[in-house]
Amino acid sequence: MSQYLILIYDDEAAWESAPPEASAQIHQGHTAFAEKNGPAIAGGNALQPTTTATTVRPDGADGFTVTDGPFVETKEALGGYYLVEAADLDEAIALAKQVPVVSGGLEVRPILTFE
Amino acid sequence: MHSAVAAAVAEAHRREWGFVLAATVRVTRDIDLAEECVQDAYAKALTVWEERGVPSTPAAWLTTTARNRALDLLRRESTWRRIMPMVVEDDVVDEPSLDDDEIPDDRLRLICTCCHPAIAPEARVALTLRLVCGLTTAEVARAFLVSEPTMAARITRAKKKIAAAGIPYRVPPAAELPARIEAVLAVVHLVFSTGHTAPTGDRLRRGDLVERALDLARILRVLLPANADVAGLLALILLTDARRATRVDEEGQLVLLPDQDRTRWDRAEIAEGIGLVHDALQARPPGRFALQAAIAAVHAQASSWAETDWQELVGLYDKLGEVWPSPVVTLNRAVAVGFAFGPEAGLAALDELGDEPQLATYGYLAASRADFLRRLGRLDEARLAYEEALALTDNEVERRFLEGRLAALA
Repeated sequence: MSQYLILIYDDEAAWESAPPEASAQIHQGHTAFAEKNGPAIAGGNALQPTTTATTVRPDGADGFTVTDGPFVETKEALGGYYLVEAADLDEAIALAKQVPVVSGGLEVRPILTFE
Repeated sequence: MHSAVAAAVAEAHRREWGFVLAATVRVTRDIDLAEECVQDAYAKALTVWEERGVPSTPAAWLTTTARNRALDLLRRESTWRRIMPMVVEDDVVDEPSLDDDEIPDDRLRLICTCCHPAIAPEARVALTLRLVCGLTTAEVARAFLVSEPTMAARITRAKKKIAAAGIPYRVPPAAELPARIEAVLAVVHLVFSTGHTAPTGDRLRRGDLVERALDLARILRVLLPANADVAGLLALILLTDARRATRVDEEGQLVLLPDQDRTRWDRAEIAEGIGLVHDALQARPPGRFALQAAIAAVHAQASSWAETDWQELVGLYDKLGEVWPSPVVTLNRAVAVGFAFGPEAGLAALDELGDEPQLATYGYLAASRADFLRRLGRLDEARLAYEEALALTDNEVERRFLEGRLAALA
């Protein structure tokens, strides 16, 4: 078994302006995903919006530059993730297809393990 | 004797590379290591076959030799550390049988891995040519007119992704198979079309690529005998390539279908292709390749351009437009309409395409319009359309053909 991170990218504006029924449906979708795939889910969280993000970059000297906002400004921002166990990429993709999204999509990344 | 052995090894390389590599990957679970061992086995064949004669089943000999080499290497600690094992679904039965008679045909696994949707399309083609057909990186680079380092980087990156992302080495389950086979067929079709009409260069056709596409389609036909799309693609390749000897004249000038010497078409390929079209059309609805092959079969069966069953062709293009809508299909349908019902009707059918942006840089639209205008005697308009078509082609053979047509108008 390997571990994969499923990153959820979505349009924050669409998410925030979604009617209550739509958000409820997304929440239900996550609950259903967790119930169905419990044993495969090693972790996961939703994130606060990118308006709360802070970026920290080494300044090339000995210090850091701390700025307001996400590392990369994109229309579809990272909004949450699941850490899952899967036998192979096909299994991880099958899990990703069950994660609810509003208008964005999922990125599946294998976890790098060190011996 | 020596040259006979060398020829036998070359033949086995051409025919069996994919089989031997696929069976070896099962043992190594690592593509690079398997390639190394298969390469060694072919090198060894040159000397061993010289001494003991060519074995009755070269593929089995090569597989056993490559697998033994792999097991040797894998026993060494350092090698164990080096490899990143690939995921194999049926680990339980993975104890490899070294019995020559029982080597399972793993080529479909290998092909499905090379054409996995998680791999970039251009890398799928490269991996398939390299791993299934046994082309060197230099040969694959030449096929797609990129530099060798660029192609090497592309192949290395794809192999790393297979290992690191855990792309499985298996035939996908039945539910996923049709979509996955579609991706495989797209790769084979791309190899064929790149060879059939080389996008650039001074030759119209790249025979090496056409033959590789034919090899791949034949392998798939053996592996998936009930798949109508596979039958359709193999038929399409055979029926299209059957005209290869007549597509350019002695001076290298393009000869279009109406003017081709049909007595020089490859009748054996046509007969095989027509037999396959029958199988390919069994699917409901018939697939894209089956319909394209059926269209090619109509041309192959016509004794001349004038005798072609254009109404049948219009019907086939209508069906093709339903399963595979594309401006190029509409364009070809318009050409068939022009011959079934006259150039006026053809020109009207072309007008349906209007300012289709996808065709804006496609010389065949301008060339077809030019041809209808010429037949209607609207020579000034025809001249403009030929000039437009000329501006849009990069193939030297096509360019000379269009220049000839343009000169004939004056």
